[in-house]
Amino acid sequence: MSVAIVKYNAGNVFSVKCALQRIGVEAVITDDFEALRRADKVVFPGVGEASTAMHFLREKGLDEVIKSLSQPVLGICIGLQLLCRSSEEGNVACMGVFDADIKRFSNDACPSLKIPHMGWNTIELSAANRLLPEALREAYVYYVHSYYAPVCAHTIATTHYITPFSAALHHRNFYATQFHPEKSGDVGETILKQFMAL
Amino acid sequence: MLAKRIIPCLDVKDGTTVKGVNFVNFRDAGDPVELGKRYSDEGADELVYLDITASYEGRETFVDLVRRVAARVSIPFTVGGGISSVDDVARLLGAGADKISINSSALHHPELISHISKAYGNQVCVVAIDARMEDDGQWMCYVKGGRQKTNRRLVEWAHEAQERGAGEILFTSMNHDGVKQGFAIDALRQLHQALSIPVIASGGCGTMAHFKDAFTLGQCDAALAASVFHFGEISIRDLKQYLLQENINVRTI
Repeated sequence: MSVAIVKYNAGNVFSVKCALQRIGVEAVITDDFEALRRADKVVFPGVGEASTAMHFLREKGLDEVIKSLSQPVLGICIGLQLLCRSSEEGNVACMGVFDADIKRFSNDACPSLKIPHMGWNTIELSAANRLLPEALREAYVYYVHSYYAPVCAHTIATTHYITPFSAALHHRNFYATQFHPEKSGDVGETILKQFMAL
Repeated sequence: MLAKRIIPCLDVKDGTTVKGVNFVNFRDAGDPVELGKRYSDEGADELVYLDITASYEGRETFVDLVRRVAARVSIPFTVGGGISSVDDVARLLGAGADKISINSSALHHPELISHISKAYGNQVCVVAIDARMEDDGQWMCYVKGGRQKTNRRLVEWAHEAQERGAGEILFTSMNHDGVKQGFAIDALRQLHQALSIPVIASGGCGTMAHFKDAFTLGQCDAALAASVFHFGEISIRDLKQYLLQENINVRTI
């Protein structure tokens, strides 16, 4: 099985590569259009600022390539956000795979809740899917983010922080998690294995 | 619900040895990678690796260590010690660290915080503060591992660090560190009230109840400790069970 990690200007590709190695998957980090199209699985990770990342993808033509992929794709964190319609972070139009517009957390109503949402929080499964098995109901996963996808038709799991938001999304061959499976211990490894088995 | 975090801290010399570890029946206790993995398996939520090496060569081996930790450990980890430039940060993040911690260099050059957070995001930048409550009751910041006093007050400096882009404050009370009589609850509460970013409590824990007090009375988001874990006095698994029974939300595995 060949696995490609999208190489672009938004962070933590190395962490994702390490996490895949721990489950026995050797992935290549690439921005080559053909290599991405040919891979059996594509992981689209990210840590960073949405509009900067989106502009970078557009300049390289990677946004069109990612959108048109037909194999299983897993977006992580900023990767999830860039697969949505738009983001409030830098007011940018995104790829539009998922029917959600990314918003910033506001803690006006509860100032004791801090932003970014950072640390371990639980997921609730909202729709049967092949990425998050039933055993992960209420499982803890690791988050670091200030922006979120509201709950929408493509939501398959939610987390509650200030408001319920999309912990994971699924549409066609596209899957995405707002949390970091590559940093979520055994639970994260289970999720990465599920993705590799799709 | 967002869980309170338990963070073991590992002081590493020359990229190879963890200082102050004394486990019975654990052969690899001095190995930073295997010890980190063990803590992760026991339920630690994050790890902190502090480089206590003085030499340049030692610094290079620390970067290599960061790479090995990233390969082996599946929870987030912060690295600190001797970081004084954005280039240092780039090297450590490139090797797989999730966050970096700066202390003296931030007090000497506060703009370093802004440079790091602009380049990599606030969440990457942990500002560590060593402070002591003086005889007049004021909490003052210290640098050089607590050897040199500054004219900065704890809460005021923590707030400035936040405004400059720090993602978290790691506060060590020099009065409490090593004494095992509990964390500095009053100072923690002051920080909680003054800040909108998470506070990590460090220094002073000797019992599981001290962790509970830090979370409930001190209202901190995370608690860091070294020797109680390194000497096997408190196991992370037992600590989490205890905190759950005390109605504190923690992640168990």
